[in-house]
Amino acid sequence: MKEEIAHIQKERKKWDIQVQDSLQRKSERNRKFTTLSDIPLCRLYTPLDTQDMDYLTDLGFPGTEPYTRGIHPTMYRARLWTMRQFAGFGTAEETNQRYKYLLSHGETGLSVAFDYPTLYGYDTDHPLAKGEFGKCGVAISSLQDMEILMDGIPLDQITTSMTINGPAAILWAMYIATAEKQGIPKDQIGGTIQNDILKEYIAQKSFIFPPTPSMRLIIDTFEYGFKHVPQWNTISISGYHIREAGSTAVQELAFTLADGLAYVRAAMDRGLAIDDFAYRLSFFFNSHNDFFEEIAKFRAARRIWAREMKKLGAQKSRSLWMRFHTQTAGCTLTAQQPENNIVRVALQGLAAVLGGTQSLHTNSMDEALALPSKKAVRIALRTQQIIAEETGVTHTIDPLGGSYYLEWLTNQMEEETYRYFEKIETLGGVIPAIEKGFFQKEIAKSAYLYQKEIDAKQRIVIGVNEHALDEPPAIPLLKIDAKGEKRHLARLTKLRETRHKDKTDKTLVSLQRAAKGNENLMPYILASVHAYATLGEICDVLRNVFGEYKEPIIY
Amino acid sequence: MTQLITQLLKGEPIALARLITLVENDSSTIPEVMKTIHKHTGTAHIIGITGTMGTGKSTLIGSLTRAYREKDKTVGIVGIDPTSWFSGGALLGDRIRMQDLATDPGVFIRSMGTRGALGGLTSSIYDVVALLDASGKDIIIVETVGVGQSEIDIAQMADTTIVVTVPGLGDSIQTMKAGITEIADIFVVNKADLPGADEAVIQLQQMLCMDTLSEWQIPIIPSSSTQGIGIPEVINAITNHMDFLTETNHLFQKRGTRYETELLALIKKKLMHYVLDESRLQGTIEKMVDTISQKKMDPHSAADKILKDILA
Amino acid sequence: MTKKNIRVLVAKPGLDGHDRGAKVVSRALRDAGMEVIYTGLHQTPEQIVETALQEDVDVIGLSLLSGAHLTLFQDVMAHLKKRGMEHILVTGGGIIPQEDFDELKKIGITHVFGPGTPINTIVEYIQVSVKK
Repeated sequence: MKEEIAHIQKERKKWDIQVQDSLQRKSERNRKFTTLSDIPLCRLYTPLDTQDMDYLTDLGFPGTEPYTRGIHPTMYRARLWTMRQFAGFGTAEETNQRYKYLLSHGETGLSVAFDYPTLYGYDTDHPLAKGEFGKCGVAISSLQDMEILMDGIPLDQITTSMTINGPAAILWAMYIATAEKQGIPKDQIGGTIQNDILKEYIAQKSFIFPPTPSMRLIIDTFEYGFKHVPQWNTISISGYHIREAGSTAVQELAFTLADGLAYVRAAMDRGLAIDDFAYRLSFFFNSHNDFFEEIAKFRAARRIWAREMKKLGAQKSRSLWMRFHTQTAGCTLTAQQPENNIVRVALQGLAAVLGGTQSLHTNSMDEALALPSKKAVRIALRTQQIIAEETGVTHTIDPLGGSYYLEWLTNQMEEETYRYFEKIETLGGVIPAIEKGFFQKEIAKSAYLYQKEIDAKQRIVIGVNEHALDEPPAIPLLKIDAKGEKRHLARLTKLRETRHKDKTDKTLVSLQRAAKGNENLMPYILASVHAYATLGEICDVLRNVFGEYKEPIIY
Repeated sequence: MTQLITQLLKGEPIALARLITLVENDSSTIPEVMKTIHKHTGTAHIIGITGTMGTGKSTLIGSLTRAYREKDKTVGIVGIDPTSWFSGGALLGDRIRMQDLATDPGVFIRSMGTRGALGGLTSSIYDVVALLDASGKDIIIVETVGVGQSEIDIAQMADTTIVVTVPGLGDSIQTMKAGITEIADIFVVNKADLPGADEAVIQLQQMLCMDTLSEWQIPIIPSSSTQGIGIPEVINAITNHMDFLTETNHLFQKRGTRYETELLALIKKKLMHYVLDESRLQGTIEKMVDTISQKKMDPHSAADKILKDILA
Repeated sequence: MTKKNIRVLVAKPGLDGHDRGAKVVSRALRDAGMEVIYTGLHQTPEQIVETALQEDVDVIGLSLLSGAHLTLFQDVMAHLKKRGMEHILVTGGGIIPQEDFDELKKIGITHVFGPGTPINTIVEYIQVSVKK
């Protein structure tokens, strides 16, 4: 092997001369080439760049440590990724219709988008909710709305992911209660709640309570899930939003994994055994424009996670698996010439598949204009189906494994991630780093640089700073039913009038008492939900006890 | 202008805001305004708050203001952030921590950039404080950047100066600029829920032991917004300090110092305006610079000559 | 002579938590020599207007990506009128469909900067408009 490397090295020098000759005749298009994370790239990668790698320790096989090539031995040859389109708008009944539409067109899992008042734990009639009803997701104010949302959908046959964080435990309780009302016991339902508060503080900003009580609530859900809802992923540790806020791929990877390890440590501090909860941790990544960097990111993620979990004492192999959902990058899609977004999404979706994702959402072409229209979301779904059925990339596992470039880049991503891990350690860990504004500063810096590069045309966005046209977008946009809010409010008012007020109040009092103590809050939240306490009422109790989070300002 | 002044004296925020802008932009109408309102100043208690970045000054100010509002006191707040010397612009973010107070008619918050002034204050701060005073604010809080000479600047301007620090800034207590004890009337150890709070208090006590000559016992107050402690104590300390100043006649002296600093600064400023006024000396400065460059004259003699010509 | 700066209030009304754009624009305006007051997330229309009043700003830039622009921008404009501050230039940015531009113009939003707008476009617009 060593002789072969030495030989290649020798021949490479000859090639370098050839390159110089070529450059004399025609220079390269840029002075330097980098990934989107500014990792400098050579013009060619060869065995020289991966000579220190050991196939078995660094790559292994799919389903064996360190899982670089995939977490299951058969991957897509046995089962394709779940096609799970994030959806929600207006009233529960309209979103229910959209779910049925998507299911009829071949999606294989549900994903719920909630509106802002719901994300912040406010009922639709809260003063801060003015103008926000149903605009960026579905409005859920009580169990009643959740029942309508899932009406006619067999919850024992389909898994549902819910993008909810601050009040995640409550919406989860509503889903569990809805299943129970459908006659389905809790141990038969499957799905995910995002429930990742650390990245809220860092990027998505839909937090309610301060860090300590939020972590308590999250570990409560881990505990409850392990005991009572074993098929549920009680967290989706997310990098998507960190990336959308402007971070680089390296930052997305590092910050997400750091968050993940923080949750694991917090659960272990509570006394939970790592092998009891680890396999129900899931992840959520972005799939952005730099094709190979994204694939390298996914592979590095699996390897780092497996190694770190092992260090923390995990013994079962399923505790080492990084299972993740991916969404193509919303922030890369343009309002100008929106049809081009179909192409962007196809490439980003392909990267996610080549990266081995377990579940995928592909954005619709009207992402920068409005919520997805029926036609746009159908095309997005078809994009996944075409990748799955027509490209052949699913016929073999980790098809790009062994590429000199990809393996080198995977290693780079890992190296840079560990550098960030060290930095976070010196700051005292994830939560102290959040309070010091470390992540937020890094993200704001990257976001600003990115915009400057685009404005200076150092980064090209087709249709925006290159090949721009002066034509307004000419695609039909989704219109939200203006009467929906009235219907929803009428329902909410009626609910408050007709429910057993005493029963409801009692559950809220019990919840408050428990919140002040140390008990697991899930049973109390479930009781309140079953008694048709509204989301706002339950959150107000918790706000009273836990307080509200105020973020530090970082540009 | 008279209308603006009348409205200012009534406490109208729009007039106050407009006048502050005119002061900041060095409008020629301002001297007249300042002359008119001077006799309406002197009732407000002026509090200066300084400390390095990250010590939670803005949150503290928000808490203090809310406490004052409960006592029915009106508050004016000036938050100063550094102007970028490179672009001349500034990101003014102090009021974020106090936005719940934005709609309280008894509170007026203004964000200012240093706009080229050295240290942590703006050159217009005296006039801005005077405007807030004349508009009837009971309490005026000025928050500075906490770098350079800002501690001295603020001590010369405020009745009560509060220095804020936090635990875990390591040996920053020791590296705290010498003389800090001479300007601080109150020390606040903020974010006292963090580890090292007790040590920080002790270190400050030791520092004060060695240094202080004053009759005023400088209190060191731990405070924490997460634990909800310290605010009543800080308010008490501020009130006590004001009582101390009035009873011992120090207030008169302090304000005398402030007026003197302001007077000298105004003289300097007006003199420089006069000297640089184009109609008077356009070309003179450039000619002198040429002469100096050619070694025909030294800078001292050049300055003497210019001043002699002006004062003639 | 003290420099005159253009003062801009960058505000996020309502519950929208997407602040990437607001922060990038704030920094860019600062780099262009303006004094920028950014008030963070979750501002009510009243808070925005009172802030604009106290800070005597030349421009209010409203950032919104949650779809609630028609209601919330309308409220801001109504409050501005109530306080007699219609001289302030108000612009919008974020995810606002072109078909709503006319409606927004009618209520006094002079320009909407959609996704993909180069920073310089915003800077120049403000510099030119405030001069008038």
